[in-house]
Amino acid sequence: MGALFRSEEMSLCQLFLQSEAAYACVSELGELGLVQFRDLNPDVNAFQRKFVNEVRRCDEMERKLRFLEKEIKKDDIPVLDTGENPEAPQPREMIDMEMQIFIDCTFQATFEKLENELKEVNNNAEALKKNYLELTELKHILRKTQVFFDERDTEESSEIRKSLITTDAVGGAPTGQLGFVAGVINRERLPAFERMLWRACRGNVYLKTAEIDSPLEEPSNGDQVYKTVFIIFFQGEQLKTRVKKICEGFRATLYPCPDTPSDRREMAMGVMTRIEDLNTVLRQTQDHRHRVLVAAAKNIRNWFIKVRKIKAIYHTLNLFNLDVTQKCLIAECWVPVADMETIQLALRRGTERSGSTVSPILNMMTTKEAPPTYNRTNKFTQGFQNLIDAYGVSTYREVNPAPYAVITFPFLFAVMFGDIGHGLIMFLAALYMVWKEKPLQAQKIQNEIFTMFFGGRYIILLMGFFSIYTGLMYNDIFSKSLNIFGSSFTAEHIPLNDIKSHEVLQLNPNSTAQQYTNKPYPIGIDPVWQLSANKISFLNSYKMKNSIVLGVAQMLFGVMLSLWNHTYFKRPLNIYCEFIPQILFLLSLFGYLVILVFFKWVWYSADTAGCAPSILITLINMVLMKDNEVPGCPSTVYAGQQQFQQFLVLIAFLCVPWMLLVKPFVLFRQNSARVRARANGVNSTLAAEEGVVATDPHSSGGHGEHGDEEFEFGEVFVHQAIHTIEYALGSISHTASYLRLWALSLAHAQLSEVLWGMVLSLGLQMEGWWGGIILYVLFAFWAVLTVGVLVLMEGLSAFLHTLRLHCLVLPMVEFQSKFYDGNGYAFMPFSFEVILEAARAADE
Amino acid sequence: MPGCPVLGPKLSLCCLLVSVWGTLQLCLMGVFFYVHSVGLLEDLPVAEEIKRGMLKEYLEEVDYLYSKGAQNCWIAACLYVFSMVFSIWQFLANRRLAERIEQ
Repeated sequence: MGALFRSEEMSLCQLFLQSEAAYACVSELGELGLVQFRDLNPDVNAFQRKFVNEVRRCDEMERKLRFLEKEIKKDDIPVLDTGENPEAPQPREMIDMEMQIFIDCTFQATFEKLENELKEVNNNAEALKKNYLELTELKHILRKTQVFFDERDTEESSEIRKSLITTDAVGGAPTGQLGFVAGVINRERLPAFERMLWRACRGNVYLKTAEIDSPLEEPSNGDQVYKTVFIIFFQGEQLKTRVKKICEGFRATLYPCPDTPSDRREMAMGVMTRIEDLNTVLRQTQDHRHRVLVAAAKNIRNWFIKVRKIKAIYHTLNLFNLDVTQKCLIAECWVPVADMETIQLALRRGTERSGSTVSPILNMMTTKEAPPTYNRTNKFTQGFQNLIDAYGVSTYREVNPAPYAVITFPFLFAVMFGDIGHGLIMFLAALYMVWKEKPLQAQKIQNEIFTMFFGGRYIILLMGFFSIYTGLMYNDIFSKSLNIFGSSFTAEHIPLNDIKSHEVLQLNPNSTAQQYTNKPYPIGIDPVWQLSANKISFLNSYKMKNSIVLGVAQMLFGVMLSLWNHTYFKRPLNIYCEFIPQILFLLSLFGYLVILVFFKWVWYSADTAGCAPSILITLINMVLMKDNEVPGCPSTVYAGQQQFQQFLVLIAFLCVPWMLLVKPFVLFRQNSARVRARANGVNSTLAAEEGVVATDPHSSGGHGEHGDEEFEFGEVFVHQAIHTIEYALGSISHTASYLRLWALSLAHAQLSEVLWGMVLSLGLQMEGWWGGIILYVLFAFWAVLTVGVLVLMEGLSAFLHTLRLHCLVLPMVEFQSKFYDGNGYAFMPFSFEVILEAARAADE
Repeated sequence: MPGCPVLGPKLSLCCLLVSVWGTLQLCLMGVFFYVHSVGLLEDLPVAEEIKRGMLKEYLEEVDYLYSKGAQNCWIAACLYVFSMVFSIWQFLANRRLAERIEQ
């Protein structure tokens, strides 16, 4: 049997690793990704484990790396991603000592240095910028105030003095000399500042302002602010303190301004040189920072991968047991039996790398525990396996529905989505994704919707392909039909008078007028139906029967698959008490229904079609044991129909107690026999059998029939009753449930017809020269709606319904509930690939 | 000069796809109208009084409308060829812009 039919055979192994070699071996196993380690110290908390220091150091390194990455991103430096996968760095000798030194030397030191440097540079830069701002402001003040002072010293400005002095004279303390304060303030604060000064000093100060043309950078947040230089003249100490307080309140920066012009010039010169110096320093630090970051950007991806690998290795080593002599680490792991060789090889490689001489020992153990389920998939089957696992991970070694889903899933989808045009769009889109698989994968697009479609590209490809096929069957392309082979119906022989006088004419295949060529259309539905008035009722009958036939076939197939489970797990009782009555029940009711459908399709020709029985009525009457009364027709389809149907109903009804009662009573008898045997102290054959079973690791899973546990008749009986009722009612409701195939297919066809009629048809019906232009616009509209509504939304709905038919909620499932337990747990191997992928996803 | 992109990279790709689709489908539909495909009869705007009137008039009207439909389809297809050229140009311009930014 193929690899996907059952999950891989697993075995629990004990792994003895020499302490020196453990790190290298685990690293090799991580690259391989085929081993699932079990936690051997579950009661030890995370802080008491052996390698907690190493893990902590890795965490610290990761934090520093993230800091570096943030800085790199802030500066828009492209991060080099070569896509290479460096191995976890190798500790040279003793794990504890050497590892610490190794990491410290190569990584930590570099990181720490870089980190400190960066922090320093950042701090410096801020201080420098602040300094720079102050100096530029001072420069502006000096330049602008020069103008004021020039004015003051000229004759005209003596007016100011005069006015201030006169007002002061009223105040009573005239002095000759005016004091002044110069500073810089935000431009938007200026009006309020001015008003405040005027009010607080009762108009006794003189304010002069000049705007600084270029914006200045605020060092704290890097904003660009416009500022204004001001200078305030006043007289007396009292006013000076008042003015200073107001300046403080408005967060204006005051600068000392020398009195004499020569001092001012000197100061301006000094300031200029200091600004120059600062600029050079600033530029140099920026350059240095940039260089450091560029160098880091080249390696940061590799560092991340390495650190994460080291961390994962130590996490795994934490799961191990230390033996008494402290020289050896003991691990327990689940391993696929088929991969034993590769794992041994990887272990040997690890030992060689670490330079150890003692090779690790891999020892198979027997266990009663159920092994994890591991289905070996490739990129094609992966998507389908994921769909199945959404229902529940299969029990260990159970029949896996995924290989069948590869065909049934797209097929049932296509039954609901049948349209050549829409199928083609879907197919081409998926084909593009499959074709450009590697480049698209390398791009690592994080868009959730895209990744979802990309993950299911092979499913979509098959769904599109099957939709083209069913579209051909339904003869449907954007709601139009293709007349490839020529319709089998013709109206040529209808007299002209009839055509003129009738709105609707019947093309009767039975008439003598040769309206039907007696050769059916080769593939799919005859295109003539597209124009007919009774198209929907014809298609409904066809699609309804179709969905019942497909549904019963799939359910029957599901029940058949359960036989493989029963024989594999050696449960003969289930074959006799479940499988056989289940098959009989399904066949006698719904198998017969399917046969009737085919019978009706084949047996009745156009002239006898009037007497063809309604299949639904026939089925209902069959269960109710009534006759089919159709006037003018024979009451039975074939001789002995009545008796045969009664026989089938009888079988179906007999199957119910068979399923319900036999198994619990047989189990009860077996159990009491066993109890008696044990009471007699005789080692009967039964007990021997028990011993055999207990050593067999596969059958000792979840089935209590052979186990030592207490046999509870009531529990078994209730369980069986639920199972029986679920099956009997289920097969009826599930058959009805498959009618969704018809309903959705009808809805899809109708929707696409409406879209054509309401949008594109309008464009086609335009007369005059502008018709083409309107058609141009409407076509784009129609195309967008077709993709958005019909392909995406309808496609999603059909997808969900298909998923529902295959697997969704436990007791409601049509296909898988027939054979699938889904009680397993997934195999989660220790793999660097998975760990790195998860870390990257968490990053973004 | 490669030209400045008016449409973004995604929009130009989307327009390109619709244009290719439109060109193909409308060309084909034009051919189907031209050969008087019965499937498209429902899309012809035949007036009710002509439907009920003389057969000859009806046939003439249908013939006329078919050729008119074919003409409309081909005009629209031509327009789509233009928009295809336009979106290819836009697409390339966008790509070149992206390359320049990368450098």
